[in-house]
This record gives sequence, C-alpha cells and structure tokens, in this order.
Amino acid sequence: MFENLQSRLESAFKTLKGQGRITEINVAETVKEIRKALLEADVNYKIAKEFTDKVKEEALGQNVITSLQPGQLLVKIVNDQLTALLGGEVAEINLSSSPNIILIAGLQGSGKTTFTGKLAYYLKNKKNQSVMLAACDVYRPAAIDQLKVLAEQVGVPVYTDYETKNPVLIAQTAIAKAKEQGIKTIIIDTAGRLSIDEEMMNEIYNVKQAISPNEVLFVVDAMTGQDAVNTAQAFNERLNFDGVVLTKLDGDTRGGAALSIKSAVKKPIKFVGMGEKMDALDVFYPERMAQRILGMGDIVSLVEKAQMVYDEEEASKLNKKIAANKFDFEDFYTQIQQIKKMGNLKDLMGMIPGVGKAIKEIDINDDAFKEIECIIQSMTPKERKNPEIINGSRRARIAKGSGKDVQKVNQLMKQFEEMKKMMKTVNKMQSSGRNMRMGFK
Amino acid sequence: MGFFDFLYKEKKEQLNKGLEKTKVSLFSKISKALLGKSKIDAAFLDDLEEILLSSDVGVKTTIEIINRIEKRATDEKFLGENELNKLLRDEISGLLDDNALVAKIDFDLTNAPKPYIIMVVGVNGVGKTTTIGKLAHQFQSSGKKVLLGAADTFRAAAVDQLKIWGTRANVPVVALGMNVDPSAVAFDTVKKAVDEQFDVAIIDTAGRLHNKVGLMNELSKIKRVMQKVSPDAPHEILLVLDASTGQNAFEQAKQFTAATEVNALALTKLDGTAKGGVVIGISNEFKIPVKYIGVGEGMNDLQIFNKNEFVDSLFGE
Ligand SMILES: Nc1nc2c(ncn2[C@@H]2O[C@H](COP(=O)(O)OP(=O)(O)OP(=O)(O)O)[C@@H](O)[C@H]2O)c(=O)[nH]1
Ligand SMILES: Nc1nc2c(ncn2[C@@H]2O[C@H](COP(=O)(O)OP(=O)(O)OP(=O)(O)O)[C@@H](O)[C@H]2O)c(=O)[nH]1
Ligand SMILES: [Mg+2]
Ligand SMILES: [Mg+2]
Repeated sequence: MFENLQSRLESAFKTLKGQGRITEINVAETVKEIRKALLEADVNYKIAKEFTDKVKEEALGQNVITSLQPGQLLVKIVNDQLTALLGGEVAEINLSSSPNIILIAGLQGSGKTTFTGKLAYYLKNKKNQSVMLAACDVYRPAAIDQLKVLAEQVGVPVYTDYETKNPVLIAQTAIAKAKEQGIKTIIIDTAGRLSIDEEMMNEIYNVKQAISPNEVLFVVDAMTGQDAVNTAQAFNERLNFDGVVLTKLDGDTRGGAALSIKSAVKKPIKFVGMGEKMDALDVFYPERMAQRILGMGDIVSLVEKAQMVYDEEEASKLNKKIAANKFDFEDFYTQIQQIKKMGNLKDLMGMIPGVGKAIKEIDINDDAFKEIECIIQSMTPKERKNPEIINGSRRARIAKGSGKDVQKVNQLMKQFEEMKKMMKTVNKMQSSGRNMRMGFK
Repeated sequence: MGFFDFLYKEKKEQLNKGLEKTKVSLFSKISKALLGKSKIDAAFLDDLEEILLSSDVGVKTTIEIINRIEKRATDEKFLGENELNKLLRDEISGLLDDNALVAKIDFDLTNAPKPYIIMVVGVNGVGKTTTIGKLAHQFQSSGKKVLLGAADTFRAAAVDQLKIWGTRANVPVVALGMNVDPSAVAFDTVKKAVDEQFDVAIIDTAGRLHNKVGLMNELSKIKRVMQKVSPDAPHEILLVLDASTGQNAFEQAKQFTAATEVNALALTKLDGTAKGGVVIGISNEFKIPVKYIGVGEGMNDLQIFNKNEFVDSLFGE
C-alpha cells in the first residue's frame, strides 16, 4: 500500500550522497519524505510537522558516519525520537485502591466493551484478582447483553440493570455490591460518545465525579485518522484520563494515532487490543509501535549496532593504511572481530528490510569467519604485518598449523590481495566524495 | 447554511460551542485563504493542503487535487473568489465516483430487482448493524417489505442487537442464533425473501479486519451461498467505513472489494468531528460510489450521500 520509509529515504538521499554532513539544504527533501510517511501512517498533520522539525534540528550538523548512509542515520534519529515520544514513563495500570474502580470511555465502536472483558480476563488470570463488571451503556441496542456474554466467557460477575436508565446510579450500585462481596476490582463499561456531544460528555463526567475511579482509560481505535487528536483532547479535558488503550492493532494499520494522542495529551498507552478474543490483550511496546508507524524492518537496530562498534579514530587510521597500501592481516583480523560484534550474520542480514524473509530460507554458515581467523592465527606476527613475505614454505607451515589445506591458505591470500585492491579503490572514491554502503546488499 | 447545520437541525440546541469552534476555525481558515486573494498562490495552496490533509484526504489524493487546481489556475489566470470556490468544489467532487447503477437505486427501489439483496460488510465497529437498522427503517417508511438477516453469529450479542433494530424498524429478522454458520443464515434470508416476495433483504455480517484471510474467505462463501437461491444476489455489497478512520480505509476498500466485489460505500459517524476525507481517494481509485452517510445513532440518522455537501463540509461551510 505505502512505500516504506526506508526506500523513500534512499531515493531522497541521493542528493545527500557525497556530503559528509547533514545540512539545512540537503536535509529538506528527506524531512519532507519523513513527513509524508508519517501522514500516510495517520499521524496528525500538525504533530507530524512538529515532529519533523525536531528531527531536523537533531540531524543538522551531525556527521554522517562513513559506513552508514546518511539516510540510515536519519532513520535512526527518527526512530529514537519516535520511541522516546511514544514511551516515557512506565505505564502500569494503577491497582492500588481498594476496591479498584476502573472507568472505560471512548468513541462509538472503539472497542470499550470488548476491552472491559479483556481487562477482566487479564486481571483475573494474570493478576489473580476478583473482578466485577458494571454495564453502564444504557443506549446501544443489546449493549448490556454483550457485556453479560463477555462476563460469562471470562467467568466474572457482571452488574446489570435493564430498568434504570441512569449510568451514575448503576455505577454506584455496582460499586456498593462489589464492596459487599469483597471484590477487588470493578470495571465500568460505558456507552460510546462523541466528544462534541455535550450532554453525553456531561454524563460521563458525572459518572466520574460520583464514583472517583482510580483509573480512567480512554479506548481508541488504532485505525483512527487525523481526528484522534481532537477526540483525545476533548475526552482528556473532561475526564483527565490516566491512560490510553489502542484497539484493533491486529489489523494492518500503521497506527499513527498512537503518536498523535501521546503527543497531544501526554498520557501513556497502557494496553493494546490484538483481536476479538478475550485473551487478545497486550501491554504497549514503544519501539514496536515506532517501527510500525515508520513501516520498516529492523534497519534501525542494524544502524545502531553498526554505530556502536564503529570507532571513528580507528577508522581513520585504517583509511590511511589502506591508502598507503599497508593494510595487513592484523587489520583484517580486527575488522572481522568488529563485524562479529555486530551479531550473528544471519540475524544481521535479516534486519535489512526486504531481505528479512528471504534469508530465513537460506542456510548461512555462521562460522564463515572461523576458517579465516584460524589461518590468520597460525601466522607469525611478522607475517601478519607483512603479508608479502608469506611464500610457499610459510604457506605450508601455516596450513599445517591451522589444520587446513594449503589450498585454503592460498585461497585466503588471493582473496586478501583482491580485497586490498578493492579497498583502495573504495577509499579513493570516498575521499573523492562518493558514499560507501555497508555492502550487504 | 452549511452541511452540518443541516444535519444538526434537530440536535442543534444540545450542541456546545465545541462544534461551533471546529466549524468556525475551519471556515475561517478557508475564507482567509480565499478572501483577500484573487488568485491562487503558494500560501493558498498551503492552506488548502492543510485542510485536505487534516481531513484524512491522504497525501496522494491531496497532491492530486493540488496539482489539478494549480494547473487550472495557470490555464485560467486571475480567478476570483467565487470562481476559486467553484473550481475547488468541482475538482474534488470530480474524484467522487457516481452514476454506478447501484447508486441510483433509492429507497423506492425504482428499477431494482425484487427482492433486492444487500449484503453489508466492513471492519469491526464501523456501524454495520446500526446502518442496517437505519436502512430498514427508510425502506419500511417508503412502503417496502423489508427482511433482515442476522449473519453476524460471532460477536457477543450481535444477533440480539439486530433483533432490537428489527423491532424498532418494525421489520422481521431471520436469526438462527449465535455460533451457527453465517452462510446458512444468509441462505435462509434470501430464500425467505424470494419465497415470501419481500422487496428488500439486508444481511448483516460480523466485523472482520481485512488482513484476516480466513475471515475474508468466509465472506466470499456467504456471497456464493446466497447465489444458490438467487443467482445475481447480492445486488448491493455495501462496505461501511467509519469517518474517523484514516488511511487504512484504503486497504479496507481494496481487500473487501477483492473478497466480495463491493459496489457501494456507506460513511458513518459523520456527526462527529472526523471528516472522512479518505473516501475521496477510495471512490476515485476503486470507482465505487459513496451511497449513504450516517449522522447519528438514531433510526433517522441516515442520508443519501450528496457530493457537494460533503465537499463543503470539508471546508466547514
Ligand atoms: N480485531 C479486533 N477487533 C476488536 C478489538 N477490540 C474490539 N474489537 C471489535 O470491535 C467491535 C466493536 O467493539 P465493542 O467492544 O463493541 O466496541 P464499543 O466501544 O463497546 O462500542 P459501543 O459500545 O457501541 O460504543 C467488535 O466487533 C469487537 O469484536 C481488537 O483489538 N481487534
Ligand atoms: N455517532 C454515530 N454513531 C454511530 C453511527 N453509526 C453507528 N454508530 C455507533 O457505532 C457503534 C458501533 O455500531 P455497530 O452498528 O454495532 O457497528 P458494527 O459495524 O455492526 O460493529 P461489529 O458488528 O461489532 O463489527 C454503536 O455504538 C453505534 O451506535 C453514526 O453514524 N454516528
Ligand atoms: Mg460497548
Ligand atoms: Mg454488527
């Protein structure tokens, strides 16, 4: 449906290639692409703009590390910012009162009643609590029956009253009943309502005032578009809710609403709905959500890892050596160790968007480096520093020492020479301004 | 008087300043964009872009609209305010598909096959069952013999919900209970409609997310089973979209169309603050008309879609 951010950035960054630094001018196009991607993921128009302005600020002047594309670096900045924005403080549900009173609110059809059932299931089975439900939606046809069915499925009591059309009264009575029975937590399902429906907003405000819940949760459909901000703000103004529940994430929506809501009301997302069944509830993971919004593979972790092991000083030393044709087996060995630090080769390749699935089918030998390491280790320090002295008899000795065929040693020597040549050309290209990729693709 | 004033005629007193505020701010935005400018300039296009994007029109369609307007503006220099207004409306409503046969069939069922079979589909919670209740009432009110089929046998109390709507609209409901094969319900409904000469039969289905292959196949099956009774049933496959849904509605339209050949759209919850702009691109891309809009939870809160009013509503007037 949508192009993913990574591929968009790649094309946007054509202009950036060859520039070592991110500047106001060369970043503009890319920032525009990021904004587009956010909009396509349903992030609110204004929030997308604020967000990209921040990213731009962060990116300006950052060095583009030689082994990373500037595009990837920017993706990393975007992802970090996004994760930080979506995350923040830990967002456990507050269960410190006795009894706990949890009020559920939201637009029509967002998934409140279903979530009420799921939360009961969660508290009962994962937190070992006694739970009672209260049916305070007196409007929607069969709303009470719906909650009754769910309560039965979960195996918790539900307080219903088909006659009283007063949600405040129903809620109060339910709480009294729960106290009588020593029930630990009461969850109150309410009718769906529009934020501009003053009468209905007053109603839920009155329910809240009457029962002083220790937790008010705002339930919102993950597929919501630009309006998420208006609605969340309006509900928050009236209810000052404690957390957000994002439903229907089992769909394929990008879920930009999560970012919009989080930025607009600064309230934590506490749960996500992952299906219609009672156990389809999950806690919220900011990193996953960030990546979902951007629609990319784990490229970010790859970038992160590459950055972690990349030592700029060492790199510049190495570059000088390559330029002077002094690259030796010591350097080669160090390089291998660096690559290995980045993790399992198969995992690494799997992180590249598009490669991910394909790679699972192929068998990659994780010990690909072992043989090479083994041969290098059998060289004397002098040989490692001066590869040109490795003649026939030295090769035979190395082969013997490493337990490999001479052929393997010859092969490595040949590959090493070829690599040296290639590195020199690449090095020249780099200093002449062209950018070098990681070489995985 | 704008679109929303019209919708809110009855409810108006209850409405707080909130709605007024949204209306005013959008209206003032576009008039600021329009007034004081006798022709299209970059600032105008920026304002337009903001209005469209924040109405969920989406990046692609917004760019398309802006390009069209820009092009016309260069072709026809020095547009006045009124012309600009008209041009805007033309370009946007030009994207909204119409004239498909299905859109012409109204509550009088003029030229419609009998029984006219409507199958209602969509993702969870968009308003399928409610829309069916409203449609039943409309057909019933125009003197038609209406039958409903409760083929959502999955969601808790879904059958009860439709039955209540049947009672409200005073029309019979075919129900075989919960957890039975929805195709069986669809079959029985169509059969009853044929045998007892109903004018229209409307079949409810369970909400399902379009990325669930098994559930989408189930829909295709429900449709096939109906055809055993009436070879060209269902005549109308109505995809219900929630106005507050963002760009994901595109994928919904795509997948539901693939599974069931959707030929009409209903856009619900337009009484809220969401604009539902995503239907512009959907209607354009899939050539499916928007047929109905939902503007509330009551039985009367359904209207035949009107392009111009819809476009005006995007601009708050
Ligand atoms: N796939 C999926 N469906 C969900 C999820 N949560 C809720 N639903 C479905 O969404 C639809 C609406 O859910 P409800 O719980 O009835 O929503 P509500 O907010 O109580 O609706 P009103 O009371 O009418 O305002 C139902 O079909 C649910 O099964 C979810 O996480 N994933
Ligand atoms: N404000 C408003 N609410 C609506 C409209 N249409 C439906 N609703 C409400 O939206 C909620 C969900 O409506 P349903 O008709 O149950 O939706 P559905 O698509 O059948 O849901 P599932 O069968 O669970 O997938 C209910 O609370 C309805 O009252 C509308 O046009 N405006
Ligand atoms: Mg409910
Ligand atoms: Mg339904």
